[in-house]
Amino acid sequence: MADLFLKMSNVSKHYTGVTALDQVDFEIYQGEIHCLVGENGSGKSTLIKIISGNVQPDNGAQIEFEGQVLHGIHAIDAIHKGIDIIYQDLSLFPNLTVMENIALARYIAEGKRLVDWGELKEIATKAMARIDVSLPLEALVSDIPIADQQLVAICRALTRDVKLVIMDEPTASLTKKEVDSLFSVVLDMKKKGISTMFVSHKLNEVLEIADRVSVIRDGKMVGIFDPKELNDEKLTQLMTGKKLEYTPYVRGEVAQEPILEVCNLSARGLFQDISFKLFPGEILGITGLLGSGRTELALALFGVNLPDSGEIFFEGRPTHIRSIQQAIDLGIAFVPEDRLVQGLIMNQSVSKNLVVTTLDDLVDRFKLLDQRLIHDKIDRWVKDMSIKIPSVDSPVQTLSGGNQQRVVLTKWIATNPKVLILDGPTIGIDVAAKHAIHQIIRDLASTGIGIILISDEILEVCNNTNRLLVMHKGRLVKEFEMEHTTMDEIQETVDLTA
Amino acid sequence: MIKKITSRYEFFVFMVIVIFSIIIGAINPNFFKLENIFDILQSYSLTGIFAIGMLIVLISGGIDLSFTAIATITGYTVAVLLLSRGTQLNIFVVFLLAAVMGTLLGMVNACIIYFFKIPPIIATIATQNVYYGLLTVITHGKWLYGFPSWFGAFVKLKVFNLTNANDVRYGLSIVTVIWFAVILLGWFILRKTVLGRSIYALGGNAASAQRAGFNILRLQLFVYGFMGLMAGIGSVIQALLVQTVAPNSLVGKELDVIAAVVLGGASLTGGVGTVLGTVLGVALMAIMSNGLTLMHVPSYWYKVVTGFIILASVAAGAWRRKATSNKKVIIEAE
Repeated sequence: MADLFLKMSNVSKHYTGVTALDQVDFEIYQGEIHCLVGENGSGKSTLIKIISGNVQPDNGAQIEFEGQVLHGIHAIDAIHKGIDIIYQDLSLFPNLTVMENIALARYIAEGKRLVDWGELKEIATKAMARIDVSLPLEALVSDIPIADQQLVAICRALTRDVKLVIMDEPTASLTKKEVDSLFSVVLDMKKKGISTMFVSHKLNEVLEIADRVSVIRDGKMVGIFDPKELNDEKLTQLMTGKKLEYTPYVRGEVAQEPILEVCNLSARGLFQDISFKLFPGEILGITGLLGSGRTELALALFGVNLPDSGEIFFEGRPTHIRSIQQAIDLGIAFVPEDRLVQGLIMNQSVSKNLVVTTLDDLVDRFKLLDQRLIHDKIDRWVKDMSIKIPSVDSPVQTLSGGNQQRVVLTKWIATNPKVLILDGPTIGIDVAAKHAIHQIIRDLASTGIGIILISDEILEVCNNTNRLLVMHKGRLVKEFEMEHTTMDEIQETVDLTA
Repeated sequence: MIKKITSRYEFFVFMVIVIFSIIIGAINPNFFKLENIFDILQSYSLTGIFAIGMLIVLISGGIDLSFTAIATITGYTVAVLLLSRGTQLNIFVVFLLAAVMGTLLGMVNACIIYFFKIPPIIATIATQNVYYGLLTVITHGKWLYGFPSWFGAFVKLKVFNLTNANDVRYGLSIVTVIWFAVILLGWFILRKTVLGRSIYALGGNAASAQRAGFNILRLQLFVYGFMGLMAGIGSVIQALLVQTVAPNSLVGKELDVIAAVVLGGASLTGGVGTVLGTVLGVALMAIMSNGLTLMHVPSYWYKVVTGFIILASVAAGAWRRKATSNKKVIIEAE
């Protein structure tokens, strides 16, 4: 194998009273694709911050760059050594063009004062050529898809003599096809001797192309593994230290009457000719690529997108759902895909977030808010859903992803819904928390709620639904009964739509 | 190419201007006379100069409500000097003095915003009050006039000297020339300098700008300093035009300026806006008020109409944005 690019040993980091990293060893070769996995709070981000020089390790750490021993890394050293981090939010400027995003940072680093637009374009073109991609240089970054934005961030790194690109959760918001093209870019960089470090809490596709996988848990390095010896189950066990078992969801009682029936529903430009039934106690999965119309369909059931034609029957009665308020009154609840933007008021307390959907029921006889009732309810909800928080007054943004998602779920469950629509309920939360959320969803279904679970993770829908619809370009392409189907069959159908 | 031009917001403002001009011109043909156009240009030079400063502040993601107070202080200081030792000064010294003073006062805003992490709107409301308050305490609201004759003569300088039917001389005012110079300067900074592009970047995503190694303090010092510079230059122009300096003559003007810039397509959330748009925004306001006068509409209606135009154009802009973002999520449902 090639030479070591970076070798770190005995790296520890203690914050007051907390051990973020405990005698961690880490290494990466030139041109290696290395995957660092661990749950939220395992110390992954502290480790990247140390590599990028944004955090200094405790005394005793040994760091070697290309064989040269350093006592510590400062941000400027990391830049000179050719280390670039692409954060999950990509740190781009949405209001500037693609070429400016690629080239501006280098311009500033070189201390230039005047903009030569021709030269800017040339820098950007060269960076694109290095990884053989083509982006619309004159377009605004806000106007291009997220996958292309990621390539912009990579190209920006390539304007310098970069040797190690660290990508934080690079595949979180990409479709399968986009992930594949990202991988071909990374393999291209590998050929040029550039190392890539993927940082992830997901057991995902990244394993496909990794040369080695480092697993970190509770601030300790569990070990370095060959991805060929790993599978999802084993990796989960390494990350969590626990063995998690998946059992397929089996619907308990079998009701004759559907709670929700959709016939030939169409909305122009969003989805077409959709028909399905949802029975009480069922978990109905809907999968399909981003842009397949799955979210748009869900929003139509929640009164956000108004259909042009077709019928919706709720508990057997024909119904037009024209507003969110009406959907809630019927007993439909919707947990949106992006809980950060749509599902939660991030800087407000847990308790305020929990009660917003049920304020009308929490009043005393003068129609004023009944503080004692609210207090009791919140206490019960927090306990029932085992939301782990220091206090109900903590702002939601201080919670972990898993707990945030519990808050969103709870606030909708509080409305006693008959139909619960979950759009990507476990996006961005780690394995153990995910498992817990799945358990909550199953428990809810077993009380007779009809659940629609939208997700692009095949594993998630396979293990947690009893029926699955696959959507593509706004249409239903196939329906699966989970009892009579295999995961490969479903994967195949979805891949065909890509 | 044509589609690229017509899809721009500036084109939309331009078309509104064209339509208004045709209507006003049809009612009162005097509107299209060169004399009237020069007149509009002169009376809106002040707004136009302030607007370029405001544009840069808005692009950076900030706002400045204190620039009229800064202009009043610099204007008053210049006026006191003109009255006490007017014979020793000349127009360049006056401009230089006002420019330096305005820039420094603007930089005070930048420091407050940067070091105390106070939202710009709060910081500048505070400094506006401090500046206006101090000035009133010190001056007791006294008006200043009776400046040296050279100060009055400068403003009569014209670039083209023409004579109308009644033998009255008119031409393109020196004040308008200063405005045009400021427009060019603004365009050059925003379009051709790394500094200008960094200001766009800062307004687009402040956190990324910091990570990318931008010197945020330097950027803010420039942005608010430049606004102060415009306030300083503007204060001299105001004094030149009316030959009087009053502590309250610019009160409330800041909102007109912000309205014109927003009308020209700049976003209050930062990162968006062009010099061309701002010039068109100012032009639209100017033509409207001039048109109402020429159409003999009582001046009370001016504010009502301005309000509606701002409302309509901002709504149109928001609607266009919504339409384009919708287009992005629409999938091909054949």
